Amino acid sequence: MTVAVVGVAESDLGHTGASVLALQVQAVTRALADAGLALRDVDGLATNGVGRFPTTALADYLGLTPTWVESSFVGGSAFELYLARAEQAIGAGQAEVVVISFASDQRSSRSRRLGGTVDEALPEAQFEAPYAPLYPISYYAMAAQAYLHRYGASREDLAAVAVEARRWALLNPAAFRHDAGPLTVADVLAAPPVSTPLTALDCCLVTDGGGAVVVTSLERARDLRRPPVAVLGCAEATSHTTMASCDDLLDTGAQRSGATAFARAGVQPGDVDLAMLYDSFTITPVLSLEALGLCAPGEAAGFVAAGHTGPGGTLPMNTNGGGLSYCHPGQYGVLLLVEAVRQLRGECGRRQVPGAEVAVAHGTGGILSHCATVVLGADR
Amino acid sequence: MNPPPGDALAAPWWDATRERRLLVQTCGACGHRQHHPRLLCTNCGGTDALGWTPCAGTGTVDSFTVVHRSPEPERQVPYVVARVRLTEGPILLTNLVGIEVDDSILGAGVVLAWSPLPDGRNLPVFTLATEA
Ligand SMILES: [Zn+2]
Repeated sequence: MTVAVVGVAESDLGHTGASVLALQVQAVTRALADAGLALRDVDGLATNGVGRFPTTALADYLGLTPTWVESSFVGGSAFELYLARAEQAIGAGQAEVVVISFASDQRSSRSRRLGGTVDEALPEAQFEAPYAPLYPISYYAMAAQAYLHRYGASREDLAAVAVEARRWALLNPAAFRHDAGPLTVADVLAAPPVSTPLTALDCCLVTDGGGAVVVTSLERARDLRRPPVAVLGCAEATSHTTMASCDDLLDTGAQRSGATAFARAGVQPGDVDLAMLYDSFTITPVLSLEALGLCAPGEAAGFVAAGHTGPGGTLPMNTNGGGLSYCHPGQYGVLLLVEAVRQLRGECGRRQVPGAEVAVAHGTGGILSHCATVVLGADR
Repeated sequence: MNPPPGDALAAPWWDATRERRLLVQTCGACGHRQHHPRLLCTNCGGTDALGWTPCAGTGTVDSFTVVHRSPEPERQVPYVVARVRLTEGPILLTNLVGIEVDDSILGAGVVLAWSPLPDGRNLPVFTLATEA
């Protein structure tokens, strides 16, 4: 059964002073209003980041008694995974209307820690934490170092990923850096180093924020108020979680998740009009562009630097401004879906990709640990 | 830094560091070598034939990063975090010490050094191999 996204919304973003539950309520109620559905219509719920028992906690708070819930915790790619699960659940008759939501107050609550959180019972506590890597930054930094070395790619081209994200953010009034003015490659290189080669401006924002998407069958979607956005194909791949267990830093699960999602969708990478690729760090979407087959190996950073993914480019990428310049509430994946759907509906104003019909949303969770790809299409 | 925790599985590995010997876990059934140690072999799934192999203490830099913001207030920055591929095969996360960092160290040969822990154990770290 084909399912569709019928409602999307952001919560308040940035530095909100609001609680996780307040932001969740904003996201969920706004997405349902967008869909023209009511809370009582919802019988499936997927979320995380709400206490120890995320789905029961949020369901209780919203007054819901869902017949299906999901809260796999794989990092920021969870929401692309949830959409795949929702597709399965709706197809199997386990739920009719699923809400996927997330919110975080990490900027207001100052809860982010440079070294991450190490579980004393896991191997990392003995074999990795003693070396004080920044988590997750140092892993992405080592991947970036390996990328530059293997392909002879230029550091300046890697920085261009942040520059292009800012160009989009200047067109998006909801972006945290909307009023910050343009960014240059020199700015990125001159920013304080964090974990080389990455500087502070190669790293995503730390903001509050959240979002929600509402999913139901494409058949039902066609009777609702918004143009449906069909879920054409989904796939995921789990690869590792410690910093030493992956044999090749640059061989992420994205190659597998992308190839499978495109095959399920019956879509070629060349058919993609919009790429929403998780940009936790500048290196992240570079690896994803190549793994998804949108660029040849070693060419993605140069492709971005040439302006092809920016406004007016041949492959618009992260048109909301991305995690680098728009919003990054710890787990950003739900907002990839929100922007992809708005673009396919043609609602994006100055940053609208003209005639966008096929979008790929690709989440990257943990330290390149879990990848989930979703191919979406306008229902025309 | 708080001393890293230990457990029964890893006790032989940590005990060897008191004598400045680096071990990797080895499966006697299939020959697979792995780090960190586990209660099973990730290659064959076996649980009965796991043992330890002493390492030569040599390897190459798989990748590295110079950390400029410490997650621990008492740790001086900058310091180098690296993935070192041991000659025996497995990759270790570690620190590179006593080196001038530039991009050319990726792929360079390294040799084992030791960083003492307060409880008598030693933490395996690496330094650049000198030209022979
Ligand atoms: Zn074995």
